[in-house]
Amino acid sequence: MDTPAVAVRGLVKRYGTVEAVRGIDLEVARGETFGFLGPNGAGKSTTINILCTLVEPTDGHAEVVGLDVVRDRAAVRRRIGLVFQDPTLDAPMSGEQNLRFHQELYGVDRRRAPARREEVLRMVGLWDRRGDEVRTYSGGMRRRLEIARGLLHSPQVLFLDEPTIGLDPQTRGTIWDYVAELHRSEEITVFVTTHYMDEAEHCDRIAIMNEGRIVALDTPDALKAQVGADRVSITTDDDEAALRALRTELGLEGAVREGAVTIAVPDGAGFVPRLFDRLGGHGVAIRSVTVTRPSLDDVFLAHTGSTIRDAEAGPSMHPMAMRMRR
Amino acid sequence: MTTTVRPEALHIPQSSLVTETRAATVVWQREMIRFVKDRSRILSSLAQPLLFLFVLGTGLGSLLNSSAGGTVGFTTFLFPGVMAISVLFTAAFAGISIVWDREFGFLREMLVAPVSTASILVGKALGGASVATLQCLVLLALAGLVGVPYDPLMLLAMIGLIFLMGFMITSLGLVLAARVRQVQTAMPLVQLVITPLMFLSGALFPLSGLPTWLTVLTHVNPMTYAVEPLRSVVFDHLDVDAATRARFDPGIVWGSWHVPVSVQILITVASCVILLALAVWRFRRTE
Repeated sequence: MDTPAVAVRGLVKRYGTVEAVRGIDLEVARGETFGFLGPNGAGKSTTINILCTLVEPTDGHAEVVGLDVVRDRAAVRRRIGLVFQDPTLDAPMSGEQNLRFHQELYGVDRRRAPARREEVLRMVGLWDRRGDEVRTYSGGMRRRLEIARGLLHSPQVLFLDEPTIGLDPQTRGTIWDYVAELHRSEEITVFVTTHYMDEAEHCDRIAIMNEGRIVALDTPDALKAQVGADRVSITTDDDEAALRALRTELGLEGAVREGAVTIAVPDGAGFVPRLFDRLGGHGVAIRSVTVTRPSLDDVFLAHTGSTIRDAEAGPSMHPMAMRMRR
Repeated sequence: MTTTVRPEALHIPQSSLVTETRAATVVWQREMIRFVKDRSRILSSLAQPLLFLFVLGTGLGSLLNSSAGGTVGFTTFLFPGVMAISVLFTAAFAGISIVWDREFGFLREMLVAPVSTASILVGKALGGASVATLQCLVLLALAGLVGVPYDPLMLLAMIGLIFLMGFMITSLGLVLAARVRQVQTAMPLVQLVITPLMFLSGALFPLSGLPTWLTVLTHVNPMTYAVEPLRSVVFDHLDVDAATRARFDPGIVWGSWHVPVSVQILITVASCVILLALAVWRFRRTE
């Protein structure tokens, strides 16, 4: 178990003159849930396609569970599970037929196959619908079936490329519940790409990718701590008095923003009791308080100079990388 | 590279003939599942050959019979040809159906599996051949209506030849489908390629006494070498004089050499191999 699940050194992918991936280094430990974040066209899909042996790198080196993705393609494919962002199910076949098809393609031991099918179908809550044609499944059910299928041959690394794209928020939450569940029961490494910043919170570590490079890599909390302090906003009857009290009692400079007094502090939640204590003593009545932790959006902004939504709309997107996403 | 066997690596199968065969088999099974489910397709694809056989056959037959002696009617002649037409359309459609698989994403599921592209496409070709053969069984049941005896050996030989033809045409469909991204472009492409193959194969008229340009075109058509053995088998089991046989089943003549049926079958087998290899090559390059 000493070899990392994923090891990447100096990875480059060029399409003609366009550099979709511009030299990235990465190591993912066994059992980790690793998030790959970035706007569309950042090079996430190209990277994941290289790791899944679907695209050959122009330069650099990539290993999955210690196997070279170029030289040991078939061996890598037997050890990984794949869930693509576009659906890859056969709609006229039933859910279980889709799974059986997959087991035969991957040479899963026939004696063990039915039990394993039941196991994964129960895990994603589709056991009762196993005999129905996939065409009758909802979008969320299809995605769950694909995740179940990705697990059938007991892979060591599960790659999920935008597993929640195009799903409603509630279903997105459910998919992440399954990923977490899977993590507990299968001791598997999960490598997931997303461009929903809030979803990255589910990961042990995340890498933020922008324009073909990894611009930040750490745990979500560490990344947020890097960009700075929590924001505490209070509404009061007398903002001027509140500002004065903050200055004299706590030595803090507040500012009035959008009708609220806002203070930046390292630990917002721990600061609130002290705030009430000191300002109350000055006769300043606090009517409401909001503590905002820095979000990964703030992290993205700090590292790339734009919000993820702006980056998606912006001209810096690689046209080739977009084409490759198909 | 580590050589130690990790515990979890014990259950991982190695690539072998067994895993490749399982992959091809399950792809074939999927084609069978689809065939059984799609009953409307079975019925609608029977309509065309039946029209050819009984409407065109009877119509043109009345024209010919005035001058032709003997017991062999035009519909008898047309019988193996109509089989070939049925195979041509069914199998070509089976091959081109991989464009649908691509459109709905399932092709990706097949091609990323740790098996060779060849195994996937062999499964597809076997599926197309099986579907085409099953369709033809219905037509074979009508043999008696056009004066063809129900000889078990003849029927068996015909089924074998139909299967081979189906494999060849499905492979051709796969070659055509390799670069097609959109379902709308697939059907016109099939029409464009299949219709000439049908007309230039000897399915609808005997390949004797034709002008040179037409002879050359029929001789470069691989379908010709798949149709002729089928007709030859039928005529072997008919009670006809040499003159009638020479008229309706003249065989294939290169210059002055009568190409034996065994060589025709060999050419068909070679066509299967070449077309399938071409399909594999084109799919490897595009996906």
